[in-house]
Amino acid sequence: MKNPSEFIASVNSQWKSTLESLLSTGKRSGADFIEIFIENIDNINILAEQDLITSVTPSFGKGAGIRVFLDKKDGFVSTNDLSEKGLSEALEEALGMLGLEPCKSNCLYFDGLHQIRDYGIEKENWLYQCPDLLESTEKILLGTNNIKNYGKHITVRRGSYSRTFQEVLIASSDGTYARDIRLHQSIGLNVLASDRTNRSSIGRRYGSSDQPDDLSKWDPEKSAQDICESSNKMLYADYVEAGQKPVILSNKFGGVIFHEACGHLLETTQIERGTSPFSEKLNKQIANKSVTAVDEGISKGAFGSMSIDDEGMEPQRTVLIEKGVLKRFISDRAGEMRTGHKRTGSGRRQNHTFAAASRMRNTYIMAGKYTPKELIDSVDNGIYCKSMGGGSVGPTGQFNFSVEEGYIIKEGKLTEPVKGATLIGEAKEILPRISMCANDMDLAAGFCGSISGNIYVTVGQPHIKVDSITIGGR
Amino acid sequence: MTNDFNNGLNSEKLRSILRSLAAEKKVKQWDLGASCSKDHFVQVDKGEAKQLKASQRSSITIRVWNNDGLVGTTSTSDLSKGGIEKAFVGAFQASQFGNPNDIPDFSPLAKSELPKLSKKLYSFKGIKKLLELLRTAEYELLNKHHAIQNIPYNGLAESEFQRIYLNSEGASRNIKSTHANLYLYARAEENNNKPRSSGAIRIANGIDELDINGCIEEAAKRTIDHLNYRPIDTGKYLVCFTPEAFIELIGAFSNMFNARAVIDGVSLSTKESLGTKISVEELSIYDDSIHPSNVNACSFDGEGTPTKKLCLINKGILENFVHSESTAKQFGVSPTGHAGMGSKVSVGIDWLVISGDTVNPSKSKFNHKEYKDKFILIEGLNALHAGVKGSQGSFSLPFNGWIVDQGQRISIEAATVAGDIREVLNNIIHIEKEQQVTHQGISPHVWVDRLSITGEE
Repeated sequence: MKNPSEFIASVNSQWKSTLESLLSTGKRSGADFIEIFIENIDNINILAEQDLITSVTPSFGKGAGIRVFLDKKDGFVSTNDLSEKGLSEALEEALGMLGLEPCKSNCLYFDGLHQIRDYGIEKENWLYQCPDLLESTEKILLGTNNIKNYGKHITVRRGSYSRTFQEVLIASSDGTYARDIRLHQSIGLNVLASDRTNRSSIGRRYGSSDQPDDLSKWDPEKSAQDICESSNKMLYADYVEAGQKPVILSNKFGGVIFHEACGHLLETTQIERGTSPFSEKLNKQIANKSVTAVDEGISKGAFGSMSIDDEGMEPQRTVLIEKGVLKRFISDRAGEMRTGHKRTGSGRRQNHTFAAASRMRNTYIMAGKYTPKELIDSVDNGIYCKSMGGGSVGPTGQFNFSVEEGYIIKEGKLTEPVKGATLIGEAKEILPRISMCANDMDLAAGFCGSISGNIYVTVGQPHIKVDSITIGGR
Repeated sequence: MTNDFNNGLNSEKLRSILRSLAAEKKVKQWDLGASCSKDHFVQVDKGEAKQLKASQRSSITIRVWNNDGLVGTTSTSDLSKGGIEKAFVGAFQASQFGNPNDIPDFSPLAKSELPKLSKKLYSFKGIKKLLELLRTAEYELLNKHHAIQNIPYNGLAESEFQRIYLNSEGASRNIKSTHANLYLYARAEENNNKPRSSGAIRIANGIDELDINGCIEEAAKRTIDHLNYRPIDTGKYLVCFTPEAFIELIGAFSNMFNARAVIDGVSLSTKESLGTKISVEELSIYDDSIHPSNVNACSFDGEGTPTKKLCLINKGILENFVHSESTAKQFGVSPTGHAGMGSKVSVGIDWLVISGDTVNPSKSKFNHKEYKDKFILIEGLNALHAGVKGSQGSFSLPFNGWIVDQGQRISIEAATVAGDIREVLNNIIHIEKEQQVTHQGISPHVWVDRLSITGEE
C-alpha cells in the first residue's frame, strides 16, 4: 500500500497537453475562466478498541472537478472518470450549464499553462516515511493500554489514527499550473467512564500536516493521563445551573468558538449570501480592543497549513481583526469576483466533488498580556470551560457550543466540575465582551464542515475572558 | 485511467473481475458493495444562478477473508481494473489486522427474497429546468412577505443512484432509484428586530413528485411566524414536540436501539434492557425502512440482508435492536437489514415511525391546536451534533419554537432545551393521535412535562 501511484509519475509527461486542450476548448466556447482540479488520494483509518485493533480501512480514489465561470456565475462538474473522454464530457456539461456550446477546434485559445509550480516534488517519499500499519497499530494500542493505568470506572477505551495522502494538480485558464502533495495525520483517544448511575465521555485528538514522522512524537502515556484526569472529574459532575455569567475559555480548542461564531461570518461565502452581520463593518470596531485575530495557512505542521490552496494560490497570513477593528475578509476566487474582496489563498475543498470556497485555515486570537490566573482571579461567579465540545452557528449568526469539561469559578477560584453546559450567543454581541486575553496562545487541530465539505483546520487562542454569556443547562 | 463503469454498474462484469482477482490471490471468500450516482444541483441568489453543479460518482468497498478467516476491507472510487485490483490487494493486506474476536460472515439472508418497493424511476430534468423551477420558487417566496429579504440557503437537486451487493457465494443484489430534493431557508428582518431565519425541505422520487408549492408555503409561514418574537424566562415548561422535532430527538439517541453500540458499551441500553420498560406505555416506535414515504428506501442493506419494518419499542417495552450479521450472531437472532459494510460493520436506523396514541386518543386535553393553558411548542431542534451526548443520554439543544398561551402563539427569541432522553421517554404525558410524515420519518405531536428551557437574557 506504499507504492507511489502511477499518477504521480505521469503529471508532467501526460497531463499538460490534455489540460491545455480542455482549457482551450473552454475559453474558445466563451467561458471567462476555467479551472481543473485533479486529485489522487491514498488514505488509511485505524480503530483500536480496548486492547484490540478492530478496524483497518484503507481507501483510494481519483477524480476531477471542473469549474467554469461566465460573468459572476459558475458551473461545476465532478467526475471519477479521468480519461480524456470523461474529462471532455465533464467540461461540456459545465459549459452547458452556463448556456455555452462546446466549440471544438485544434487551435489553442489561450497562452497555455505556465511552467509547473511543483510543490510536491520534495514530498513524493512522504508515503514511505509515514509509519507502516504495524507501527501505527502498536502506537494506538499503547494509548488504549495506558488508559487502564489512569482511569477509574473506564468501560470503553478507544484509539484511532487517520492518515490522508492527497496529491492535487490544478490548472486554470489564467495559466496557473501547480501540483502539491498534502499529508494529514491525526490520532486520538476516547473514553467512556460509568458507574451505576453516572457516565462521562471525553475525547481528545492531535493532528498535524506535512510531518511524515509525526506519529512518533505523540505521547500515548501523556494523552491517556490527560483524558483520564478529565473523565474522572466529569463522572461525578453535577449539571450546571443555567443563566447569564462570565466565562473563562481555555486556550487551544477553546478557539473553536471564535472559529464558528466569528470566523465563518468573515468568509466571503457568507458575505455573498448576505448572512454576515460584518459585511459592512470593514475598518470598524467589531470586537473589544483586546482582540486581534488572524487566519493563515503558513504555520509549519499546523493542520490548516498548505503550500497552495485548492485554487493554486500560496496561502497568506491574513489579519482579520486588529485591536477590535475588522481589517480583512477570507476570500477565494469566486468571493473576489462577487464581493471585490481580494483572494487570501483560502480557496479550499474537501475533495474533487466540491467547488472551492472561502474557508478558514489556522485561525486564532493572538496572545494578550495577562496570565491565565489573572483571568480566573477576576471572576466572582462564573464558569471555566476547560474543554469545548462541538457547536454550530445558525443562519442569523446565533451560536451554540457544548462544554465538554467545565468548572465553577467562585471568588476567583476553580471549584467543582459541572456538566451539561451550553454557551449561547451571537458573535456581534459577544466579541465586544472579550475583555481579557492571556499570554498562553496555543493551537489545536480540528475539522470544519461547511459548503465545500470537511477540511482540516486549526483553531486557537490564549485563555480569554468573556464578561457575560448565556449558559444553557438544567 | 479508463473507468469501465461510467454508465452504471455492471454486476456481472464486477463479479468477473473479483473472481479473477480472488483466484489470482488465492482468496476464497469475498464480498463487494458498489454504488454509483449522477446528480444535478442548482442554487440561486435573487434570480441569478449562484451555483450549478453536476457530479458522477462511483465507489466500491471490497471485503476479503484471508486463510486465517480474518477480514480486511478497502474502498476506492477508482473503478478501473487497476483501481479495483489495488483495492483488492489493500483489503487483503488489511485482513492481517482483522479482529479475531469479531469476524463478520456473509449474511444468512443475503440470498433471501427482497421486499418489493413501489418506487417509480424518473428521468433527469436537467440543469436548465431545475434552475427555472428554483428561480420561480425563490421569486414566489421572496414575494410572500416584505420582511423576507433573501433566501440564503436554497437548493434543488435531482439524482440517479445505483447500489449493488455481490458475494463469492453467488449473492447478487442490485437496485436503482431516483431522488429529488428542495430546500428553501429564508432570512427575514423588520422593525429593527433581530433577523430571523426558517425554512422547509421536500424530498421525493423525482422532480415531478416534488411538492414545490408546499415547500414555499411552509418556508414562508415558518419565517413570517417567527418575525415577532419575545425572550423566554429560564425555567421548567410543559413542552409539545412537533413530529419533526420529536423524530430528530429520538434519532439523535438511536444508539439505544443499536446492537453494535450495545456490544461496544456506548449505548444507553444493554443486552439486558430488551424486554424492559424504557418509556411510558403510550409510546411505540418502529424502524420501517421500506415505508412507502421513505424516498431513500433500499430493499437490502450493506450486507445484502433484506430490509423490513421492525418494532423497537412496543407500548413502552424495548422489543428489538437493529442488527448486522455480526451483532445478530452474538445476540442469537437474525440480521435485521440495518448494516453498512466494513471490517467492523456499522449499524444504523433508517426511518422512524412513531405510533399515535391508541390507548386514550380522544380523552386527553393535550392537543396542540386546542390546548388553552401555557405550553412551549418546539418546532425544530438545532445543533444536534454538538448538543447531544449519545452515550450519556443528556442533551442541550437550541430550538425554534413558540410560547403558546390561550391559543395565541408568539415566537421565542432564542432558547435551549435540555434534559435526559430517558427522563423524556418516561415523562411523556400524551401522544396525539394524528401522525405526520416528515422527511425523516413519521410521528404525531408528543407532549412532555417539566423540560428545562434556558432563555437568552
